[in-house]
Amino acid sequence: MRFLNCAAAVLAVCGMALSPLASSAHAEEAAKNIKVGFIYVSPVGDEGWSWTHDQGRKMMEEMPGVETTMMESVPEGPDAERAIKNMCSKGYNVIVATSFGYMDAMAKMAKRNPKVTFLHCSGYKHSENMTCYFGRMYQARYLTGMVAGAMTKKNEIGYVASFPIPEVVRGINAFTLGVRAVNPDAKVRVVWTRTWYSPDDEKKAAEGLLDVGVDAIAQHQDSAGPQTAAEARGAYSVGYNTDMSAAAPKAHLVAAVWDWNKFYKKFIDEYRAGTWKNGNYWYGIKDGIVDISAYGAMVPEDVRAKVDAVKADIISGKYQVFTGPVKDQEGKVRVAEGQVAPDDMLLSMDWFVEGVIGTTK
Amino acid sequence: MTWDIFVALLAATVLAGTPLLYATMGELITERSGVLNLGVEGMMIMGAFFAFIVQFKTGNPWLATLAAGLGAACIGLLHGVVCLVFQGNQTVSGLALTIFGVGLSDYLGAPFIGEKTVGFQPFDIPLLSDIPVLGEVLFQHDPLVYLSYLLPWAVMWFFRRTSLGLALCASGESPDAVQAAGLDPVKMRWLGIFAGAFFVGVGGAYLSLCATHMWTQNLTAGKGWIAVALVIFAFWRPRRAMFGAYLFGGIMAFQLRLQALGTTIPSSLMMMLPYALTILALLFSSARGKGRSAPAALGDNIAPGA
Repeated sequence: MRFLNCAAAVLAVCGMALSPLASSAHAEEAAKNIKVGFIYVSPVGDEGWSWTHDQGRKMMEEMPGVETTMMESVPEGPDAERAIKNMCSKGYNVIVATSFGYMDAMAKMAKRNPKVTFLHCSGYKHSENMTCYFGRMYQARYLTGMVAGAMTKKNEIGYVASFPIPEVVRGINAFTLGVRAVNPDAKVRVVWTRTWYSPDDEKKAAEGLLDVGVDAIAQHQDSAGPQTAAEARGAYSVGYNTDMSAAAPKAHLVAAVWDWNKFYKKFIDEYRAGTWKNGNYWYGIKDGIVDISAYGAMVPEDVRAKVDAVKADIISGKYQVFTGPVKDQEGKVRVAEGQVAPDDMLLSMDWFVEGVIGTTK
Repeated sequence: MTWDIFVALLAATVLAGTPLLYATMGELITERSGVLNLGVEGMMIMGAFFAFIVQFKTGNPWLATLAAGLGAACIGLLHGVVCLVFQGNQTVSGLALTIFGVGLSDYLGAPFIGEKTVGFQPFDIPLLSDIPVLGEVLFQHDPLVYLSYLLPWAVMWFFRRTSLGLALCASGESPDAVQAAGLDPVKMRWLGIFAGAFFVGVGGAYLSLCATHMWTQNLTAGKGWIAVALVIFAFWRPRRAMFGAYLFGGIMAFQLRLQALGTTIPSSLMMMLPYALTILALLFSSARGKGRSAPAALGDNIAPGA
């Protein structure tokens, strides 16, 4: 043993002089220390969007040889660029930014720092060293819509929505298709708040919907404001991002949730192994990135069974959300019978399906 | 629109108008003493933060409300130091106060984002809450809403019926006259800044203790600025300020319900309504007539030793 140790030491000393050996040792060292910097648009403590990503960061911290840091509440624009530049200069070799508005700053910095890997969530730009990734949240939305559609008694469900952009419109449409798959008479009323995180405004929007006569509230926002409004009025609620049942224990039917840990673990494993390929990834329920939470106690067994069956079909590929016929609000057929809406259509969706009351403007 | 929806809209109007009412009344007191304080947004969010933190640590919402008022008043006193002691520019100092307050509340509040508190809970006032319509609209809310009903009348009484109130208003109209009467207009302005900031802070407390029961960034979301515009809209009169606060609250509540009812008007236009109204109000108020003008010495510093 001692001989072997000595030999190793000698080899190591020799290795310093021999450049190929030295560089491979260096590469090994670098691979051991993956330094990942996260940039969030909102505070982490909100149990919303940024929180779901920060769970992934915390999981990375537990992995051997991974170091992380994060900056929260970084405004989109020049500030983001500065934050990314700062992380690059501190030797972070992976930059993760999780808001659409960071896209151009990420693309610019990716060009300037070819050795750094850039992961950008919810955009569409990608390159040699930049990946764009997102989840097919609409699949989970469809399932939560089925639950709400089965539970509503007034056949009217409210949806508190943030901004009329394709991501949100797609979610509302998938939710409504789910609602009407089990309850063809039901309608979904939409109110836009034009906020991503404003507990007061979002709660008030839900109260407006409840005043008008809905008995269940779904949402596409990061605050639990709409959930608390539903709880206070004795209505049902469908959460988003995280379970959110803590905010509305009696109202919570189910929630459409993100689980980014699976993506971040896969990334670190492949990055370490050197097999990671930058590109454009849109993960679904099958990959475990999106899912639905546990059901509320009031959701009966037969509803759960029905929803679980569709979830299994989505995972196996037997069923796809947005399978035709899909009609818009005017009754025009947008997806023909037997066809499935292509990703292009989903990514640029600016029309509501039949059964939605509201406007995409 | 059915009757039930209409009544619910009126109740929502009162709730949306309450923080505006406190903040507007606060700024109105300050401006009547002759000091323009554009730091309402900053003082309001600091009030919301002080209220949250005291509620969080002690569990007493009344103590929290008091802390919000006094805390915001202390922040407001910075404005007094700049404008009353060092004769600084009131507009610049007020803007700085807003930036300072928003930044400080972000910094101090960062560890508490998303934390929930109990705060005030609604309680029905016996008998009054049973009155049809009126009961539901006015008397099924939380204590800070009930107190806000009294505020405009109290302020009006203070302005008109107390010597202190008359001296405060006179300091905003003609500080020289106050001086000639043997009173100190600078002291009156200190009072105006302190009392005004106190109520602005209580408006902030309403947001964290009653409206959301939690702490987060940007809880005021521009309400402080609407209050500044509302003071002009109200021609510096307390009862008109109450009307203005409810008008604005009502428009915010109305546009949400109009959307829920399925209007085809784009949401971006609906969101613009309160701000479009602000501009209209400012346009109308610039055509001033009798009893509509700003306090004559508003924004003018009092030269030392004058």
